[in-house]
Amino acid sequence: MGSLLAASGSVGDFPLLNALIFVPAVGALVVALLPRSRPDLARPLGTLFAAIGGALALALAWQFEAADAGFQFVSQQSWIPALGISWHVGVDGISLWLVVLTSVVVPIVLAGVDPHHDPKPYTAWMLLLQAGSVGAFVALDLFVFFVMFEVVLVPMYLLIAGWGYEGRRYAATKFFIYTMAGSALLLVAIVATAVLGSPDSGITFDLQTLAEGQLLGENTARLCFVAFAIAFLVKVPVVPLHTWLPDAHTEAPTAGSVVLAAVLLKLGTYGLLRFGLYLFPEASDWAAPVLVTVGVVGVIWGAITAAMQRDLKRLVAYSSVAHMGFIVLGIFAFTAQAVGGGVIQMVNHGISTGALFLLVGMLYERRHTRQIDELAGIQSAAPVYAGVFTLIMLSSVGVPGLNGFVGEFLILIGSFETRRWWTVIAATGMILAALYLLWAYQRVFHGPPAAADRQTADLRRGELLTLAPFVIAVVALGVYPKPLLDAVEPAADKLLEHFEEHSGFEVPEPGDPVVVDYGDGAGEHDEDGH
Amino acid sequence: MGQVEIAFEAPAVDWWVLTPQIILVGAALGLLLVASLAPRALPDWVSTITSIATGAAAAIVAAVQWAAWDLAPRPTLNGAFVSDGFSLLLTVLVGAGVVMTALVAHSALDRYDMAPPEFAALLLASAAGAVVMAGANDLIVLFLGLESLSIALYVLIALAGRRASARESAMKYFVLGAFSSAFFLYGIALVYGSTGSTNLSGIGGFLFGSIRETDYLLLAGIALLLVGLGFKVAAVPFHFWAPDVYEGAPSPVTGYLASIAKAAGFAALARVLYVAVFEQSTAWTPILVALAFATLAVGAVMAICQNDVKRMLAYSSISHAGFVLVGLSAVPAASGVLQWAEEGGGDAVSSSVFYLITYSFMALGSFAVLSVVGAELRSPEADASAHALSRYGGLARRRPVLALAFTVLLLAQAGVPLTAGFVAKFEVIRAAIDASGYVLAAVAMITAVVSAFAYLRVVLAMYAPEGSADDDDSAPAARAGRPRWGGLPLTSVFAISLAVAVTVVVGVLPQTLLEWSRDAVLSIIL
Repeated sequence: MGSLLAASGSVGDFPLLNALIFVPAVGALVVALLPRSRPDLARPLGTLFAAIGGALALALAWQFEAADAGFQFVSQQSWIPALGISWHVGVDGISLWLVVLTSVVVPIVLAGVDPHHDPKPYTAWMLLLQAGSVGAFVALDLFVFFVMFEVVLVPMYLLIAGWGYEGRRYAATKFFIYTMAGSALLLVAIVATAVLGSPDSGITFDLQTLAEGQLLGENTARLCFVAFAIAFLVKVPVVPLHTWLPDAHTEAPTAGSVVLAAVLLKLGTYGLLRFGLYLFPEASDWAAPVLVTVGVVGVIWGAITAAMQRDLKRLVAYSSVAHMGFIVLGIFAFTAQAVGGGVIQMVNHGISTGALFLLVGMLYERRHTRQIDELAGIQSAAPVYAGVFTLIMLSSVGVPGLNGFVGEFLILIGSFETRRWWTVIAATGMILAALYLLWAYQRVFHGPPAAADRQTADLRRGELLTLAPFVIAVVALGVYPKPLLDAVEPAADKLLEHFEEHSGFEVPEPGDPVVVDYGDGAGEHDEDGH
Repeated sequence: MGQVEIAFEAPAVDWWVLTPQIILVGAALGLLLVASLAPRALPDWVSTITSIATGAAAAIVAAVQWAAWDLAPRPTLNGAFVSDGFSLLLTVLVGAGVVMTALVAHSALDRYDMAPPEFAALLLASAAGAVVMAGANDLIVLFLGLESLSIALYVLIALAGRRASARESAMKYFVLGAFSSAFFLYGIALVYGSTGSTNLSGIGGFLFGSIRETDYLLLAGIALLLVGLGFKVAAVPFHFWAPDVYEGAPSPVTGYLASIAKAAGFAALARVLYVAVFEQSTAWTPILVALAFATLAVGAVMAICQNDVKRMLAYSSISHAGFVLVGLSAVPAASGVLQWAEEGGGDAVSSSVFYLITYSFMALGSFAVLSVVGAELRSPEADASAHALSRYGGLARRRPVLALAFTVLLLAQAGVPLTAGFVAKFEVIRAAIDASGYVLAAVAMITAVVSAFAYLRVVLAMYAPEGSADDDDSAPAARAGRPRWGGLPLTSVFAISLAVAVTVVVGVLPQTLLEWSRDAVLSIIL
């Protein structure tokens, strides 16, 4: 009992990052304990807790030293010493904006989207989702990361199952089983990494110790990397592991879709960076051709499939597959621009796709359909709605001047140096994105409106307020992405330095002339590298 | 040979060592005596209070002994029984199991028409058997413990004899249990024939002290012992009795079967394998690994095929046994095994102990929920479908807190982090990887995902709105004299809360229990 108290006592003294995790978690508890007679209190109170988290996240971004490439706001406390597990959290340029994104998006959707029934559990699950996601982004201990990675499954599962649309039970179960299957092997690999890769001083799950030590044998590291990568690729998701995503997105309640797109998918790509590239540099290099290919297939497949969708929400879901494929390409191109672009694209995809799901949700509230066929000419009835939709859509397409462009452009430039032909193919994906989104826009917003279309109400003030942060971010980060880039660049550089040091890969300097070997394709490059 | 060196001048019987067993048996006999001599039937609560007090007393005595003896093994009865960290930790678990079973059963006794004093006495007698098994250092004593546990359980199940399913269940358990006992006895005979001793330490000492050729007699003996204990812990392919028996038995008894009876079986298995025949680990490790593979796979796959929640939990209990087997089998291959053992033996046994303890609480809690839900059925005759998945539809509307508790327990069994179930799986996987059992670890986690599907079906059903229409007034007319909380029997609520609390607290702060499990096995490994 004594040590139990000691263990709980040692988690005292919370700095900022711990507060970011525990404020929403405590909020979830408080909301869950509200008396049953006052369900009306749940959402305001929950929003308050989530917003405190959001404010703290903004403070975090404000105090963050952009020039410092290492982990900041680090907090480490002993948790389960018997297993070498400690509560170790920290934030760097790669995770910073994802933390901010998570902490800001959840309060916005909590305030802006009505769950229609059972607000109390709904709010509690949303808060738990926020806590778990932030925790996963700041975890610097493999065990802590896995715990958070898995913990977010439960609230998301229950949100889909409890507040979703017709096919929610199927979609929720599919989501849970897919992700859990991916992480089953992840757990084995985490344990294997710690057991086999720990220094002689004793077993540890500490990310930095394991990554800097690089004590795993080559084959072991590769096997472990494969297990890690599968778990993350399911989450990203890449084709062919993506089939849970359209179902989950379509059947989830609007807030669930927004958080799923903005936050949960990023766990996959973030994991690939933090626990792939950083932890297994050599294995990442070894597997890169496959991963880049998978990413590019995702770009094309997602775009083509999106173009064929009749359901607007499903279309947005497939567009996520395409965008996330871009990020995978960027990460495994191993250049500073591409990796940095990947991180920025994670944030921007979160903003624009999150906003698209919000917009589709608002349309569904009005029309109770998401079928593109059943909608037409909305523009004349709801001009403001159409305007916001246009802006967000263009950001998603990647039009210069809006946020979506920055990340995609950086990925394309960076990847072109090392993954030439893949980049060429992926670039066509951008064109396809314009095609499917504009086509859908044309069908829904233009054309002769039917009677029902003419009745479609325009955005209300509350909805505008909900969308305003997204719109502002889309424009601001498109015009002036410097703060984003400034924080990301040093961290990306440092990560690539570490990668270069421990793998045979030579990361090209931004100024280097591009060496083109047309003959045998860039895939050969890796074999040469060793 | 076969004698254990006793370092101090001990009396032939160290009564202090045997106190937990004496408390359990004494209370059982005393209660029977009082109940039969009393002029009128005793009120129900007397029996329940007796069970709770006795279980708690045994657990407390064991805890005091744990603290007082500083984990030094104390053999008594000429080395036939030993009180060490392992037996004491399991005694505490058994005590807790008795308390929880008594709490849950209290509200179910008249539903199943079970006579309270007899129920309490049998429960305590079986607990005494379990405690004996945990500390037995002699195959014969182990057999005695096994039999007192089993015979008491046969009758416990049959007590609810008004229901055909319970009678069938008791009969099945009896016949198959008797068979397995015969196997076990035959195994004892063969091992004795080969080593000249039935004392576990004696056998271990003999095997390490002599150089022999492959001894087929001994190997056959070990195999038969494995069969006998495999039946008790319901490892595949010796599991066929389990689903039927679990389904037919009254839910409180099922919880006890799945947790305490199983833990006692595993305790005996661990002691036999690691104390007596550890020298033959190269022979039994592959068998254990094969059993683990089969148990994990069959348990998980069959669990998802069930439409009855109780039967699903029965199969899931089989798959959990597979996880314990993964832990127990985590011995590195031939070379280096001695060094491994001298360095503390990895975490093969301690991870299994941790798993058993955490799973016991999850199982006791889950079957307590089943018992409560089952009580809402008005006619016990229609028991066959009492736990059909459809009956759980909309449970979250009718009983939000109960549904949430059940969700926590189910997710814990699925191995979701921040619950004890996750840490337990983590420990077992770690032990397996420590011993280079990568494939077994991977298969174990994959089956965990498969069984997660089975748990999710129940969770989904509970939170589905469809079932909400069928009855809102389902709380039956309060049974006379039973305190209730929001329409639920208070004692069961207490037991379920305890199970959920342990599951969550150990899930978040596992350090203490991890240390206890490690301390407990110090005397087991060499």
